[in-house]
Amino acid sequence: MRTRLVTILLLLGATAAPLAADARSDAKKQVEFGISVAQRGLWREAIYRWERAVQIDPKYAEALNDLAIAYEHEGDLEKARVAYEKALTIEPNNALIKQNYELFKEINDRTTRTDAQDSQDNQNP
Amino acid sequence: MTGRLARMLRIARTTRILSSIAAILLVAGCTNYYEIPIETPIKPKLDVSMFQRVLVAGFIAGGTDDVDGNLETTRLLRSQLRTKSDLRVIDTDVLPLMEVANETPGSSSEPKAEPAPATASTEAGEGKEGREPKTDSKPEPRGEAPQTATPDKAPAIKDAKDLEPYEHIFADVEYWKKIGEEYQSPLIVTGTVMFTPHQRSGIVQREEEVYDSFGRRRVVPVRTYMERKGYILQPKFIFIDGRTGAVMHSENFREEVLYNANQSTPALSSYFELMDRLIPSFLSTLSSQKIKGTRVLLQ
Repeated sequence: MRTRLVTILLLLGATAAPLAADARSDAKKQVEFGISVAQRGLWREAIYRWERAVQIDPKYAEALNDLAIAYEHEGDLEKARVAYEKALTIEPNNALIKQNYELFKEINDRTTRTDAQDSQDNQNP
Repeated sequence: MTGRLARMLRIARTTRILSSIAAILLVAGCTNYYEIPIETPIKPKLDVSMFQRVLVAGFIAGGTDDVDGNLETTRLLRSQLRTKSDLRVIDTDVLPLMEVANETPGSSSEPKAEPAPATASTEAGEGKEGREPKTDSKPEPRGEAPQTATPDKAPAIKDAKDLEPYEHIFADVEYWKKIGEEYQSPLIVTGTVMFTPHQRSGIVQREEEVYDSFGRRRVVPVRTYMERKGYILQPKFIFIDGRTGAVMHSENFREEVLYNANQSTPALSSYFELMDRLIPSFLSTLSSQKIKGTRVLLQ
C-alpha cells in the first residue's frame, strides 16, 4: 500500500514539471504574437493575447508586464497598476519591469494626486 | 595558517563576483526585450460637453508688480484654449474682479454686485489676437490692509493670505449667473494668481569640468554655497457653470524657479516659464491629453 502511494506521488512529481513547462511554452507563443501585433499598433489584439498568456501561466511576469503596458496605452491606469504590481511580486528584481513601473507611476501618481487635491479643493472652493 | 585563510577568502569572494556577473549576463542574454513607444491617454477631469463656449473671465492677482498676473494669465489661457480645446473662446475685456469683490465685502449673503458691463464681446476667430486691452477699471493701488478696502482703493496683495478677503466672489452664484446670461451660458474660468519673487541660499550641487594630468576632461559634482533668486507661481483655477453660477471644479498649482543670483531674468520670462509647466495640467481638466513615452515589452 505504502509502495503504491509513493509511486503515485513520484509519478505526479515527474509529470508536474513538464506540464508547467508546457504552460509556459504555450503562454510564450501568445506573448510573442502579442508583441508582434503591438509593434504594428494593434493593441487590442495584443491585450487579448497577453490576457490569454496570463490565464495559461499566471506566474509569467513578462506577460503581466506587457499586459500592463497595453493597459497603460489604452488609458486603463488602474488595470495597468495591478498588472505591474503582480509582475513585480513574481519578479521583484527584474530591472526592466521596475523601470516600466517607475515610468508608469510618474503618470499615475500625477493623475491620482491631482484628483485627491481637486476633491479637497472642491470642498473649499 | 592565516595566509591560507586569507587566500581561501579571496577565492570565495572572486567566485561570488564571477557568479554574479554570469547571472547578469545570463538574464540579459535570455531576456528578449523590445522598446515600444506608447501614448497614455488621460481623460479630462471635467465633463464640459454641455458647453460650446468658454469665458476666461479674469483673475484676482497678486505678488510682484512686474507682471500683471490678471491680464497675462487671462491672455495666455485664452490663447491656449483657442488652439487646444474644442470650446469657442469668448474674447472680451477682463473682468475687474478685485473691484467686484470689494463691492460685496464679507460673505456672499450681503448685497450682490452687478456684473461689470462687458465691452467688445466677440467670438474666437473674429476677435483680436495678442495682448488684451486694458479694462476701464481703475488701477489697483497698493499699500493698505484688506480690511480698509473700498471700491475706490484696492489693497496690495502680497501673499496668499491677502487673497482671502476677495475669495468670496467665486462663491457668488448670482454674480456668475448674470455673467453667464450675458455671454450665453459659457463655461467660466476664473480664480487667483500669486506670482511672488523669492530667494534662497544654501549648498547646491553643480557639475564642474576638470582636466587631469593627461588632459582628459571629466565632469565632477561640486557642492558650493550659492545665493539664488527666482519666483513662485501659485495659481488657483476655478471653473464655474455659466448656466447656474455654481463652482464646478477648482485646482491649485505651485511652481517655482530659481536662478543664480547674478543672473538677471525678467519677471515676465519667469512667469511664462512657470506657466508653461502647468498649462498641460490646466488643459487636461477640459480636454483629453496624451502623454508620450517609451516602455519595454518582454518575452
